Amino acid sequence: MQQIINFIIRNKNFLLFLLLFGISLLFTIQSHSYHKSKFINSANFLTGGVYNSANNISGYFSLKAQNELLTAENKRLRKLLLNVNTNADSTFIDSLTFSEDYRFYSANIIKNSYSLNNNVLTINKGRNDSIKQDFGVISSKGIVGIIDKTSGNYATVISILNGTSSISAQLKKTNHLGSLIWDGKDSKFTQLIDIPKIAKVKAGDTIITSGQSSIFPKGVPVGTIESFKLDQAENYYEINVRLFNDMTSIEHVYIIENANKEEISNLLGN
Amino acid sequence: MNSIFSIHTIRFVVLVFVQVLILNHINFSGYINPYIYILFIALFPVKNNRIVLILLSFLLGLTVDMFLDTGGIHAGACVFIAYVRPLILKSSFGMIYEHQSIKFNTVEFGSKLTYFTLLTVIHHFVLFSLEIFSVSRILLILQKTLFSSIFTILLSVIVTIIFSRKTK
Repeated sequence: MQQIINFIIRNKNFLLFLLLFGISLLFTIQSHSYHKSKFINSANFLTGGVYNSANNISGYFSLKAQNELLTAENKRLRKLLLNVNTNADSTFIDSLTFSEDYRFYSANIIKNSYSLNNNVLTINKGRNDSIKQDFGVISSKGIVGIIDKTSGNYATVISILNGTSSISAQLKKTNHLGSLIWDGKDSKFTQLIDIPKIAKVKAGDTIITSGQSSIFPKGVPVGTIESFKLDQAENYYEINVRLFNDMTSIEHVYIIENANKEEISNLLGN
Repeated sequence: MNSIFSIHTIRFVVLVFVQVLILNHINFSGYINPYIYILFIALFPVKNNRIVLILLSFLLGLTVDMFLDTGGIHAGACVFIAYVRPLILKSSFGMIYEHQSIKFNTVEFGSKLTYFTLLTVIHHFVLFSLEIFSVSRILLILQKTLFSSIFTILLSVIVTIIFSRKTK
């Protein structure tokens, strides 16, 4: 017993180092698996507050560009609204249920990140704004990510530029399904895998979300096909997708809640 | 004692804030960021207890991790360099270290540069290995280590020159 205590005292530096290094390794491994990181995230009171006040200042620098983006979107939506108005009334007889499948919340990105291997963003909406895990996040141009951790007023978003994210997407033209992943190399491109060989793939075609995952509705734009090749087994295409979104400068985002999500997941039995 | 304590507390807070609010948004050519918060570990008084340094480094790394949503990679890298710091001190300062009388303001520039370089390269290598976490992409790890290290060393040297107090 004496010897054990002596050993511990003699090697206390090394043992402490091993312990702390082990803890950091544990956190690291947890952060590499989807939805597992426990409490080291930027959605808490301290970090969220700091990012929020910093964003209050830095937000002014990109004000003009963001305004132009929003104006362009407003213009597009207004055009849509005017053209569709007459049809909508006749199709939806019960106006209470009209477009209640998806609810939208707007939010601002207060911490962007795109240079790491697993990028996580922070937004300024949280549980108090009824944001929950697994809500989808899009911008006016296309898909951004999925909500991960939430605190009172903040939430973290697993970006599509994250090695652990995998989102169901499809070819706009032919409805062939695949998964959207990221290889960690370039923030302008993501990869779409598992598109069957039989699909007619052409450079320049549009990729959209498939609506199979009950996170995103069908048809959220993702990007265009830049290049493609067959995988090693030569059964599926690996497609390089050029994103519509410039992930290095996003500010205003929309959070999508699928109102039927619980029903769908109950039906699938999980 | 009290003034040393407060200086290091302020340095801790300032370095973390500068790191997460400014330096992490540089992303020079896509991925190159300087990580100068390790100056806290580099400039920690030599005479103080090693256990204190290791614990503080863990805290420093964890704080940065929390801001950047990176799990525990900064904490791991910081603890690692805090543990190996005496070895690096010995190899870069030689005899002066043996006498336990290093003042970072007064040592000559060459050995200070060696010291920063060793510390930074080790830190960045551990950091990016943990971040990328795959042996098959060792080239990417080395590339990131090299470029970010150059940036960090340059900035740390500039910062120490600017903020060094001229005590004889």
